[in-house]
Amino acid sequence: MTVGLEPIVGRYLSLDFDGRRYRVYFEEAGEGIPLLCLHTAGADGRQYRGVLNDAEVTKRFRVIAFDMPWHGKSSPPQGFEREEYRLTRDFYTGFVVAFSDALSLQSPVVMGCSIGGRVVLNLAATHADRFRALIGLQASAHVAPYYDTDWLHHADVHGGEVCAGIVSGLVGPDAPGIHRWETLWHYMQGGPGVFKGDLHFYKVDGDLRQRIAAIDASRCPLFLLTGEYDYSCSPAETEEVAALVPGARCTIMPGLGHFPMSEDPERFLEHLRPVLSEIEESGRGAG
Amino acid sequence: MLEQLAGLVNDDAALVRRGRHLSGAFLVEARPRSWLIHVLRGRIEKVEEGPFVMPSWRFALRADETSWRRFWQPRPAPGDHDLLALVRRGLLKFEGDLQPLMANLLYIKGVLEAPRAAARPKGAS
Repeated sequence: MTVGLEPIVGRYLSLDFDGRRYRVYFEEAGEGIPLLCLHTAGADGRQYRGVLNDAEVTKRFRVIAFDMPWHGKSSPPQGFEREEYRLTRDFYTGFVVAFSDALSLQSPVVMGCSIGGRVVLNLAATHADRFRALIGLQASAHVAPYYDTDWLHHADVHGGEVCAGIVSGLVGPDAPGIHRWETLWHYMQGGPGVFKGDLHFYKVDGDLRQRIAAIDASRCPLFLLTGEYDYSCSPAETEEVAALVPGARCTIMPGLGHFPMSEDPERFLEHLRPVLSEIEESGRGAG
Repeated sequence: MLEQLAGLVNDDAALVRRGRHLSGAFLVEARPRSWLIHVLRGRIEKVEEGPFVMPSWRFALRADETSWRRFWQPRPAPGDHDLLALVRRGLLKFEGDLQPLMANLLYIKGVLEAPRAAARPKGAS
């Protein structure tokens, strides 16, 4: 029998935010500069298993991936059964800052994908001085609705099956089967209405087109990495953001899709490691 | 274009199992051509090519022939590679009763992506 014990450790943390108590699950590995990782809509922190397990990264960075409330092993708050879950820009932004404070992280790097990439842009616009650097994966300022999201939470359709079906084509064509299907499995496991509720932020409440101009990459370096096969946040849409933010650094990752860290961790790490080296060597925020 | 579809799907036991709750006909339009795909518990019973006088179907997927030809390339270009990508680009429309389509979306995607395997050069993985 071959045993593989990973260096990732998971814990729960409870915090008060916006008048409610939240029990939040997070995983971490490594030591050094805090690197806080934000998952996509309808998924959870397992998407970052490749980064958390990469010794090159974890010898220099303390990688932390938490599940947003309602996602993964984080609980919804008391009373969730009487309300419709809808993620908003202000809740998401505030919660990331509150979680970082709860762990007493000093000048962390924040890396988020999709809705996480979107909120990274909002952090850049409103909280730049708190972070050492920001990394937006599959980050755009806005996506207009292009399908009826009611189908994602519908009594006549299995939520797990349809969420995976909706996002399956967002995985790039070269993704190894094991990682393609693990990525889809996370979507199959989402709670009812959670993916739909996250898309409220992605498609309605999180329109940042008016805020992009406020981002100053000289206050906090901004790196944008987007997979070539993403049609939800396309390379062109990320390039639009980069064009509006002087100093933002934009990389298009060939062959990858909307979930680079999860669908093909090795290929993604080839793009991420140089970015993290640059952040480390810049020394900004140290001490 | 869809002459080999029944064999491609029916030889894939995992795909047939994925569609085991779907029966009935759906229309694939690749303007100016069209096909009725008849499904029985995930197996493709019959593929009929139009034109049709009075076609009966549960849902339809309508695009032009060029979009489908690009979609069926062994390795489609970004944006040509997925049904929802074509929808977002305004090249594909879903019509009719979308409940059976959405309830079986992974299966329908698998069925409509199956012709890519036939387009692949022999010996390629």
